[in-house]
Amino acid sequence: MAVQPAPHPAVNYSTRVDEISPRARTLNGVRAVIVLLIALVMLIPVAWMTLTAFKSRPDAVAVPPKVLFEPTLEGFVSLLTSRRQLTTQQIEEYSQRTDLNWADLIALSRGQAITGPSNYPQRLANSLIIAGVSTIFSVALGLLSAYSFSRFNIPGAGDLLFFILSTRMLPPVVVTIPVFLMYRAIGIYDTHLGMIILYTVFNLSFSVWLLKGFLDEIPREYEEAAMVDGYTRLQAFVKIVLPQSLTGIAATTVFCLIFAWNEYAFALMLTADRARTAPPSIPSVLGTGGIEWAAIAAGSLGFLIPVVIVTFALRKYLLRGVTFGAIRQ
Amino acid sequence: MATIQLQQVEKKFGDVYAVQPMDLTIQDGEFVVLLGPSGCGKTTTLRMISGLEAVSSGQILLNGRDVTWAHPSDRDIAFVFQFFALYPHLSVWQNIAFPLQAQGESGADVEKRVAEVAALLRIEHLLRLRPGALSGGDQQRIALARALVRRPAAFLMDEPLGALDAELRETMRAEIKRLHIDQHATTVYVTHDQIEAMAMGDRIVVMSNAVVQQVGTPADVYHRPHNLFVARFIGSPGMNLLSGDYADGIIALPGGNRYPVPEAWDRALRARLGQAGRVIVGFRPEAARIGGGGTLTATVYAADMHGGYTMLHLSLDGEDGEMVHARASRQEHFKIGEVVRFDLHPDMVRFFDAQTEVALEEVR
Repeated sequence: MAVQPAPHPAVNYSTRVDEISPRARTLNGVRAVIVLLIALVMLIPVAWMTLTAFKSRPDAVAVPPKVLFEPTLEGFVSLLTSRRQLTTQQIEEYSQRTDLNWADLIALSRGQAITGPSNYPQRLANSLIIAGVSTIFSVALGLLSAYSFSRFNIPGAGDLLFFILSTRMLPPVVVTIPVFLMYRAIGIYDTHLGMIILYTVFNLSFSVWLLKGFLDEIPREYEEAAMVDGYTRLQAFVKIVLPQSLTGIAATTVFCLIFAWNEYAFALMLTADRARTAPPSIPSVLGTGGIEWAAIAAGSLGFLIPVVIVTFALRKYLLRGVTFGAIRQ
Repeated sequence: MATIQLQQVEKKFGDVYAVQPMDLTIQDGEFVVLLGPSGCGKTTTLRMISGLEAVSSGQILLNGRDVTWAHPSDRDIAFVFQFFALYPHLSVWQNIAFPLQAQGESGADVEKRVAEVAALLRIEHLLRLRPGALSGGDQQRIALARALVRRPAAFLMDEPLGALDAELRETMRAEIKRLHIDQHATTVYVTHDQIEAMAMGDRIVVMSNAVVQQVGTPADVYHRPHNLFVARFIGSPGMNLLSGDYADGIIALPGGNRYPVPEAWDRALRARLGQAGRVIVGFRPEAARIGGGGTLTATVYAADMHGGYTMLHLSLDGEDGEMVHARASRQEHFKIGEVVRFDLHPDMVRFFDAQTEVALEEVR
């Protein structure tokens, strides 16, 4: 039997990538720890807010701040109800009653009686309607407009795009007074319609620019192929362009939603009650005797949840979307 | 199946012609290749036929029906794109079925026809995959399947092999040609590769600078180029073109060479130039007959072994004079610097007007 020659030395240098050197493994570990620490630091405000929402009034303002405390729903009760202060005699009376539920008892422990629901749920609903509808409009209109800019030969397209962007070149607060006067004159002050129009217009410039970037990345051959294959341009748009621009649509949706959801200055000036959104109402839950920190924290917590849900639902597209269409599958 | 007629079709972008007014009639079942360097207007012409590009003026007739302003979807033609344009979010099966669904075919019919065309192109095993996962050749087969499945009146193909590697290109070339023979479908094919054009076309339309230079069979454009552009562009290397002074049946070429003009051409030259004048002599490398003596002399500058033959680079005037290419048998060996004598095959010589660069016609 012939002797097998020894393998050539050069062959011994493995190029396999499934074996990680110990050094690289340590580095990966270090990286993971750093990322974890940064994430924790980022989460502190949210975590603190969540804790505060469950604190009693003395705990919320305790110095030094309390990390361990007895959780209570006091904050939520004062957020969601309107109450009146009871006299000592009335407190006695109330304590005898047996028809009180847990919320009444919490209020009673602070010497208050619940008189009805607060307007917080109503305002959260206003926020949902106004932010939701305006986001749908700004993304839908932005998509059509961006598609036209991307595909058709529009005379003066560059100037038009600049003009669209220029609506973002001044701080929004600057125009609140004129908008307020106009809205009052045409009777859409403090209406959902007025706020939806305002947020749609304000988000539109952003949505057109962002979506145009995404649509430019989709080769027009796809639509051309569909058109030659017997579809109209609109059908080609719906069947071919739309599914491929989901990433961009998701990213734009989240950005528009967050803006409309968080907007404060316009909402404060242009709404009073009927259409008042959550951002200007949360700080107004100040309470009668001192600041109700727990209620404010609870209100902010409830305010976070819708955006978190939407962002999580769209996160699959977002991860690719925040690279602004730089990476295509 | 269909005939396609272009009547004075032109395309302008601003003041610039992308396609100068052109006339072209493509017969039923014909395979016509639009050939030219990039930017010559061949793709624009194809896109005008498909309706993806609007004509600036002129008319396009499909089977005698004026479709100049018809929407692409109303023309009953299929378009194969260079980069395939397979819809990435649909499976292969959905891609192929897509045009049938536009026509509102029933589900059973769609199933049947997709299966048929998948069998024809041997892609049955790919139907459940997404196009992104496939090789270039398979993607091209799917693009062809999507075009074939509709049984359109005509196929338009825009450099369908341009994105493939050389070996695959050869295979796919044969497949497309075979498909054309089987289906006998009117096809317009755009390419910048003259070998592809020669191999596939029933007729070739040579274009350059937005102008049609010549329309003819592959043999025509190769042997009887209409002008200097076609002579240079077709063939690799292109036709040898030598400028010389004609006088009394003799053309004085570089290096003191004197070429006696064949009789049939002498009459043509005399009719055009009178007694004397400047003319361009053109001949293909294989028209030079080396080794049997001859009236022309040249020095071997380089010899490229091509396997089946040897391509000689000959300098007409000493070591660094004007170059011509000549094809020699592979058995013969030539030393660099060697002086060779050669002759031109009288049936394979062409003459061009030095001013207009247009080929002269033989006078028999």
